[in-house]
Amino acid sequence: MKTLRQTKCGETVTVRKLAGEGPLKRRIMDMGITKGTPLYVRKVAPLGDPVEITVRGYELSIRKGDAENIVVE
Amino acid sequence: MSIKIALAGNPNCGKTTMFNDLTGSNQFVGNWPGVTVEKKEGRLKGHKDVIITDLPGIYSLSPYTLEEVVTRNYIIHEKPDVIIDLVDGSNIERNLYLTTQLTEMGIPVVIALNMMDIVEKNGDQIDTRKLSQALGCEIIETSAIKGRGSKEAAERAIQIAREKSKTPHQHTFAEPVEQALASIEELIADRVPAESIRWFAVKLFERDEKVLAELSLPAALKSQAEDIITQCESQLDDDSESIITNERYEYIAGLISRCVRKKKTGLTTSDKIDKIVTNRWLALPIFAVVMILVYYISVSTIGDIVTNFTNDTLFGEWIAVPLESWLTAIGTQAWLIGLITEGIVGGVGAVLGFVPQMLVLFLFLCLLEDCGYMARVAFIMDRIFRRFGLSGKSFIPMLIGSGCGVPGIMASRTIEQDRDRKMTIMTTTFIPCGAKMPIVALIAGALFGGAWWVAPSAYFIGVAAVIVSGIILKKTKRFAGEPAPFVMELPAYHIPTVGNVLRGTWERGWSFIKKAGTVILLASIFVWFTKSFGMVGGSFGMVEDMDHSILAAIGSLIAPIFAPLGFGNWQSSVATVLGLVAKEEVVSVFGVLYGVAGDALEMVEQGAFGGLGSIAGHFTALSAYSFLIFNLLCAPCFAAIGAIKREMNNAGWTWFAIGYQTVFAYTVALIVYQLGLFISGGGFTLWTFVALLLLAGYLYLFFRKGYQGKQSLPVRSVKAASKA
Repeated sequence: MKTLRQTKCGETVTVRKLAGEGPLKRRIMDMGITKGTPLYVRKVAPLGDPVEITVRGYELSIRKGDAENIVVE
Repeated sequence: MSIKIALAGNPNCGKTTMFNDLTGSNQFVGNWPGVTVEKKEGRLKGHKDVIITDLPGIYSLSPYTLEEVVTRNYIIHEKPDVIIDLVDGSNIERNLYLTTQLTEMGIPVVIALNMMDIVEKNGDQIDTRKLSQALGCEIIETSAIKGRGSKEAAERAIQIAREKSKTPHQHTFAEPVEQALASIEELIADRVPAESIRWFAVKLFERDEKVLAELSLPAALKSQAEDIITQCESQLDDDSESIITNERYEYIAGLISRCVRKKKTGLTTSDKIDKIVTNRWLALPIFAVVMILVYYISVSTIGDIVTNFTNDTLFGEWIAVPLESWLTAIGTQAWLIGLITEGIVGGVGAVLGFVPQMLVLFLFLCLLEDCGYMARVAFIMDRIFRRFGLSGKSFIPMLIGSGCGVPGIMASRTIEQDRDRKMTIMTTTFIPCGAKMPIVALIAGALFGGAWWVAPSAYFIGVAAVIVSGIILKKTKRFAGEPAPFVMELPAYHIPTVGNVLRGTWERGWSFIKKAGTVILLASIFVWFTKSFGMVGGSFGMVEDMDHSILAAIGSLIAPIFAPLGFGNWQSSVATVLGLVAKEEVVSVFGVLYGVAGDALEMVEQGAFGGLGSIAGHFTALSAYSFLIFNLLCAPCFAAIGAIKREMNNAGWTWFAIGYQTVFAYTVALIVYQLGLFISGGGFTLWTFVALLLLAGYLYLFFRKGYQGKQSLPVRSVKAASKA
């Protein structure tokens, strides 16, 4: 099972499932990361975390810890 | 008949620009009742009877963030006549997500499709007619930054409000969800207003605790609703909240594919800038250069010059001196002259003296925010700061705080997360500010023979205090709360508008003058009074010598408190109390109380430590260092306390912040002094034991597992987890 955390820079993946619950999950989904959404991992911050992804045509910064909850393929 | 228009939209969609454009200078800035979220209202230019409320920039209407709850409560309870929903056309997909929620609330909605200039420049095409039909509300193309369309959007909104037409929600979800919603609507039909029934049905379906509490439905009805929801959940194999979110985005994706044609182009200008600015190798050097520039201009050069000018020349020479001679000329009583010149003008001057410097700094902060770099600051620094419960954006307040704590605290305004912001406000003043430097210089010069390490150690103590406090505080119940994921939009870069930047700068400066002013004024008058009055020769009156003042009496009274810290004499207590007016006062007061010939502060600044022997005689190296630690970390000056009060916007939190700082300062100084005493051969005393106990306490608070909050998960989460 691959998560967004393991996705490398420059890769485009599709969201398969979202783990977690409540506010955390809702917030991630509110930002447009829902099942079937393509995500492009754009870059990693200079200190190694967070990562910048392109989702639904805009740029989003997400911590690796939170990216772990996003199962992708 | 007056009309209420609410302006809603995502962050970074140009809402502020449009609000400024529509209202001009007729704005009132305040806070939403009971919370720290800023509330802005204004009258529409040329329409005295139209009030526009600028709602917080939000992505959704979930019950989980303050801003979102404030917004939905306003719409449901205050019932604006019409909502202007700002949609960023260049980021339409996510922006419409909020639109699908707003149109369910039963208030007519007009969409202002903003940033059309960028859409056109990118060569994208949006079929607004089709989009408008699908969404069931009117769409006006705008470009707030170019002043295009804003007025028409407002005019159209007024017209719709006058007609009292409704915006029925048009979007539909998948069949099973629609069925479930229809059944819930049936259940609650006679309990909620007909026009917002869809909203309530969706919220019940999501098991929104806030709405559930508000409706207080009978148990039988609740369990009926619960059956409907669980059935739908098992059918779609997801939790109800996620089902709705998914459905909204599904619907929008369908809509976009019909109405928007994106011209696939290469990198935009913003992408190109970002490629360099947040590049793996260049990001940190660029960041350093930007920060040094901001610091250098707003703290060291221009900032320092304007502050010195307002404090010394404007208030000192141009106002205080002529005022005093005028008051003397008309025969005013001596005490009244003192009150006016020293107490009030001195006090107000202490506030206003910081304002020009703050304006310079705010100008930079507004620029950084407006152009989109601020979000990148958080992106770059997040990794370091979040370990201490702070945000990447805490870096700027801390940096500025090393010049002056007042603008430092005010700079925390850019941090969105409530928890991170409060933590930043509480810890920023631990960083030694410019006014604390004379204390450091005095101790280093007069007691450590000008040892090189004293000044760096002061900064080290400050940084360590921030880190330790961050780690300790984030584990407390007060700061634990709901874990918020750090998902942050990195908005496209754009050239800041002059109007926005200037207005933002002024708003912040003014809000400081207003809110902080009263605290500082009252506190300065109190300190002036206790300093100037006392008992001499059996009668109460003004005293020449501070030794006889009320303040000295208070000083002797509280001096024993500082005995375990090694400086239990009344002079040190008085100096510490007067340090609340301004930290450099500590040095001047020492000079006066210990009978130094000349101005102690000036002597320290010139490095003439020879004349300060009388101060040195009252301290040992250890007690002086303990005094230094206490004064570095304890409650900041009144101006900074005023800034804390302004930013916390809550008396409880303000007292908590000041109390924490003072207790922290006291205990750390005690630990250092007593353990130092023990190590240097002072023998093991009761206080050594207390110091060890306190140290053990800190180690426990530092290393313990944090407060975990409610352990029992709500039913739905357990269900969702078991499906996983």
